[in-house]
Amino acid sequence: MPAVSKGDGMRGLAVFISDIRNCKSKEAEIKRINKELANIRSKFKGDKALDGYSKKKYVCKLLFIFLLGHDIDFGHMEAVNLLSSNKYTEKQIGYLFISVLVNSNSELIRLINNAIKNDLSSRNPTFMCLALHCIANVGSREMAEAFAGEIPRILVAGDTMDSVKQSAALCLLRLYKASPDLVLMGEWTSRVVHLLNDQHMGVVTAAISLITCLSSKNPDEFKTCVSLAVSRLSRIVSSASTDLQDYTYYFVPAPWLSCKLLRLLQCYPPPEDGAVKGRLVECLETILNKAQEPPKSKKVQHSNAKNAILFEAISLIIHYDSEPNLLVRACNQLGQFLQHRETNLRYLALESMCTLASSEFSHEAVKTHIETVINALKTERDVSVRQRAADLLYAMCDRSNAKQIVAEMLSYLETADYSIREEMVLKVAILAEKYAVDYSWYVDTILNLIRIAGDYVSEEVWYRVIQIVINRDDVQGYAAKTVFEALQAPACHENMVKVGGYILGEFGNLIAGDPRSSPLVQFNLLHSKFHLCSVPTRALLLSAYIKFINLFPETKATIQEVLRSDSQIRNSDVELQQRAVEYLKLSSIASTDVLATVLEEMPPFPERESSILAKLKKKKGPGAVTVELEDGKERGELNGGGDRGGDAAIAASNASTPSPSADLLGLRSTAPVSGTTPSAGSLLVDVFSEAGPSATSAGVNDDGFLSSAPPTVASEDPAPPLPESDELLNKFVCKNNGVLFENQLLQIGIKSEYRQNLGRMYLFYGNKTSVQFVSFNTTVSCPGELQSQLNVQTKTVEPLVEGGAQVQQVINIECLTDFIDAPLLNIKFRYGGALQNISLKLPVTINKFFQPTEMAAADFFQRWKQLSQPQQEAQKIFKASHGMDTEVLKAKLLGLGTALLENVDPNPENYVCAGVIQTKAQQVGCLLRLEPNAQAQMYRLTLRSSKDTVSQRVCDLLAEQF
Amino acid sequence: MIGGLFIYNHKGEVLISRVYRDDIGRNAVDAFRVNVIHARQQVRSPVTNIARTNFFHVKRSNIWLAAVTKQNVNAAMVFEFLYKMCDVMASYFGKISEENIKNNFVLIYELLDEILDFGYPQNSETGSLKTFITQQGIKGQTKEEQSQITSQVTGQIGWRREGIKYRRNELFLDVLESVNLLMSPQGQVLSAHVSGRVVMKSYLSGMPECKFGMNDKIIIDKAGKGGVTNEAGKSTSGKQSIAIDDCTFNQCVRLSKFDSERSISFIPPDGEYELMRYRTTKDIILPFRVIPLVREVGRTKLEVKVVIKSNFKPSLLAQKIEVRIPTPLNTSGVQVICMKGKAKYKASENAIVWKIKRMAGMKESQISAEIELLPTNDKKKWARPPISMNFEVPFAPSGLKVRYLKVFESKLNYSDHDVIKWVRYIGRSGIYETRC
Repeated sequence: MPAVSKGDGMRGLAVFISDIRNCKSKEAEIKRINKELANIRSKFKGDKALDGYSKKKYVCKLLFIFLLGHDIDFGHMEAVNLLSSNKYTEKQIGYLFISVLVNSNSELIRLINNAIKNDLSSRNPTFMCLALHCIANVGSREMAEAFAGEIPRILVAGDTMDSVKQSAALCLLRLYKASPDLVLMGEWTSRVVHLLNDQHMGVVTAAISLITCLSSKNPDEFKTCVSLAVSRLSRIVSSASTDLQDYTYYFVPAPWLSCKLLRLLQCYPPPEDGAVKGRLVECLETILNKAQEPPKSKKVQHSNAKNAILFEAISLIIHYDSEPNLLVRACNQLGQFLQHRETNLRYLALESMCTLASSEFSHEAVKTHIETVINALKTERDVSVRQRAADLLYAMCDRSNAKQIVAEMLSYLETADYSIREEMVLKVAILAEKYAVDYSWYVDTILNLIRIAGDYVSEEVWYRVIQIVINRDDVQGYAAKTVFEALQAPACHENMVKVGGYILGEFGNLIAGDPRSSPLVQFNLLHSKFHLCSVPTRALLLSAYIKFINLFPETKATIQEVLRSDSQIRNSDVELQQRAVEYLKLSSIASTDVLATVLEEMPPFPERESSILAKLKKKKGPGAVTVELEDGKERGELNGGGDRGGDAAIAASNASTPSPSADLLGLRSTAPVSGTTPSAGSLLVDVFSEAGPSATSAGVNDDGFLSSAPPTVASEDPAPPLPESDELLNKFVCKNNGVLFENQLLQIGIKSEYRQNLGRMYLFYGNKTSVQFVSFNTTVSCPGELQSQLNVQTKTVEPLVEGGAQVQQVINIECLTDFIDAPLLNIKFRYGGALQNISLKLPVTINKFFQPTEMAAADFFQRWKQLSQPQQEAQKIFKASHGMDTEVLKAKLLGLGTALLENVDPNPENYVCAGVIQTKAQQVGCLLRLEPNAQAQMYRLTLRSSKDTVSQRVCDLLAEQF
Repeated sequence: MIGGLFIYNHKGEVLISRVYRDDIGRNAVDAFRVNVIHARQQVRSPVTNIARTNFFHVKRSNIWLAAVTKQNVNAAMVFEFLYKMCDVMASYFGKISEENIKNNFVLIYELLDEILDFGYPQNSETGSLKTFITQQGIKGQTKEEQSQITSQVTGQIGWRREGIKYRRNELFLDVLESVNLLMSPQGQVLSAHVSGRVVMKSYLSGMPECKFGMNDKIIIDKAGKGGVTNEAGKSTSGKQSIAIDDCTFNQCVRLSKFDSERSISFIPPDGEYELMRYRTTKDIILPFRVIPLVREVGRTKLEVKVVIKSNFKPSLLAQKIEVRIPTPLNTSGVQVICMKGKAKYKASENAIVWKIKRMAGMKESQISAEIELLPTNDKKKWARPPISMNFEVPFAPSGLKVRYLKVFESKLNYSDHDVIKWVRYIGRSGIYETRC
């Protein structure tokens, strides 16, 4: 960069800035700025030619004022002029102003682009750099369009200076990120790759950023970069710390470039060429070796740079996942970091280990650090590090250490941070399920989980317990017993009650033999929790009760008593009330056989992806999914596929249902499979789909068991038009926009435009309530002969109108020939269940298709005489219903669509108008004369047109207006 | 009640800090500075709530006065107190400026101790304060004097001490009004009102009882009704009476008497004080009429012609007339021609300022200016701010007239006739704007 010479000091600017700095108050500052702006304006006025120096100075001042937060709306032209200067400082200020102040849609953009083009094609490297920087700073689409083709050429041209190449590479990167579609790949791409071989390290660093970005989108085009990158990397890695001089940072050679190279390599699979691969492995080993060397400096920058390369290298090793030796070494290296006193390093080590744990080669190596990780989970001060530790524990868990890890996590859960509890719970639940050899252990674990962190146990977790218990006969008795014991606790979590209710309802009979858990005891235990629970839980408990009636007939009387009590049968909650009524009836009417069929034990669930796993994935985003899938794969091997739980897990990871948690346990699809009668089948749905009460009640309605009366059906025919619709129609004869209709629910606004014989009308339906309108439907019909006179096309509207929202409908109208009636608009919708049916006349009248015609007095009277046949004229004399204000009358006549002709009628009081009605079939010329009589408050309206029906209709329409 | 009181200079440095209650901590000082004085956007509300602490501030030139409280106090009371405090300080050391405050801070703390007690405002009457808070050194006060001060300060008439004696009994009465106007370009009055003050300076001996009379419509009408026979009185007064919309009085005025008889009687404080304030909105005499003519010639030129007409008796002279004609933001040059006075384009204020020293009634004068504009790529149209005006006229635009001011002093031997009375009317412009 050329040094700023003394003469370029811009004293005026310095004085101005110090003036501003010295201002005592905001007002003083604004005054000073106003004064300066006025001065600059007078200088820029144009008649005087400014020299480059003063132009630069003033543009600088403007820039400074803009940066102080004031609006600048002039000076752009002067800035653009500066661009064509030959002086570096002037050009620089010009570019600075433009990159700060000119927005992309400015008219000046063409001039600017021109100036940039000139600079790009100049041979002066500093000018080229300035232009490139400006392009990158603005980075708009327009810039990309103009220069995306040019820059690659500069980048790969042989004679371009290094500094320009650097700028060009970064500029292209910027444009590519802003508008990737405009940067086209071409023959330059292969030459860009060769920049990796460039002598100049700066060019390589800039180019590699560009290549990394480009190759992540088009990996094939840049395949050749791998070998180049490897050789470049090996050259750096093997160089001594003094070789690279400027690019050595605290004894580490070119750390940024190394990291970028390693990152670029992560975009590609391991190189196939043996030699290249060998060289790369050598590099990675060297990097790992270097990590073991004693530090060359105590400065934190040195270790930061070294570790940055190391972690990038480990990521690459993990990415390749093919070198067991390297993986194990990486793992050991990370193991050292686990106890490093630097928190950030511990965090990074845990994070990288998570990914290492999923590799088959290093899994065992990771496992050796289990004690350290558990320790980290317990003692780490930083919550984010603890979270990573929990993640790692989850990742390193397998059959051999599952019990230990789950136990550790459970014990940690009691003290865990609230923010990570839910995730921890999910993880414990998944691990317990995945590695359960013994399902009683599983049930214990989950119940413990609910006990410890009941609030954080999401629905999915306890759904899953129930799925597993139902699917596995061997654990059912144990589960019932454990649940029964757990429920004995004086205060237990609602989720526990849910699980308890469900399991006892299904399998209570398995423990009923013991007098300590006799049916009645079980029932009383459950019912003691009933009143403390929320509505969905109560609903579930009611279902459990009806199941009890089936399982233990001896409890029938007690349970019926409970169901019959006012608090159930008259409960304010519809769902509970309905269940109570239906279950009561079911138990009293149905025979034991029917009951036994209806309330049969649930069939096993189909195996599918564990809903918990899905939830965890959703929580963690796509990054975590791969881990899970690999887990599944691996676990398949470990479990050997022998037991059903294992099958379930395999299915879990392979089958990807579109919305696993949406319909809970997938019951709705499975229920009919259970060979019961269809009606009972849907009742079962009811019993077990807890989360969707609305769906349930619908199901119950359908089964005809207690069929409620069918919903009242309102008449679906369009209602007759409202009585006031004719009046509404008249309102719109002389205007095109306004509110057509309004009641408490609905407002209909109208906006229309007409051209020739075509019209377009926008109807706006506004929902004035806070409740949505459903099955909202509108139709436009042309009654009678109107069908042949008018062609009306509508677009359908959304059937749902949210409360307070507005929907728009477009209606296209074509006038075929003249007409009298108006089309009917019918609107139907349901508001709170009641069908609303409104019919209106659409304000389409013949006068809408008027084209105004200007003509002179002589012309007018000649035509007036031509239309002298009696049927061509329509006349009306009527009393004024509004005031006779001239302006209002004029506005109305203009609104009619005709031209209002001045100085035509000899009597200035009178109004004459002329227009042509455009229809598809013909054009009807129309002349109008309105003679007000102010004394009598009367009008005489005379219309003459070439068609008698038109005269009459327009006359009728207009007579209503005055 | 007021928890503390701070005075800052324009930089936000604390000049005076007096904390009356424990709930106001030191951090309140900084909170106000950071959130109000140094706020990014100018704080326009005089009341600011920061961290559940209320700050009430007024600004006098470059000085900020802020009263702080944690309680929900009567905001009007706090502002009345702040204004009163400004008056007190002004009467002690003149203009409120950083310099003066620094020079007098012992005095200010002394005053603050006296006029606020545990956050409750106390006697803030300058006259009586001056009897015991003096700027001179302590003169040995006798026991008698001290007890006199005590009895006066705690007595019924706290604003006047006994035993005042003047050789010449004099009374000055100023009616100061400011007239506010917004007029449409066509000359239609969109809004107008006058806010006025009656300021008195009394040098009277003893404890005189005064009675002030003006042409208030209610009194005149009442008088007219009382004496139906007095035809002449009614006809003269009916035209000249004015309707006062609202008014407030100095504490010395007996409000009960005003409420019942609508007569203003009082025992005046010694020296200068404001007797009453009032506001009128009807039948305002507008001293000047501004007729603007703005013509846009193309995109780069603007022609402005402004005519002002004085609308009062030709014998009277208006003074300090200043017309401010705003110019567009992209003005690049201005040429002004005016017949009378001096006109100048002030770039720093984006306005043409036209000054006329004196102008008699029923005269007219005009200015024309050519404004050159720089074409900008900004499509926004110039908003045309109103033309504003400043002036001073020797009459009351509301039409208020002082009918009498009677002085009764029964104990001393001077009567109403012996008192020399001076009455002066000054009408000034408030916000006096005409749209163009």
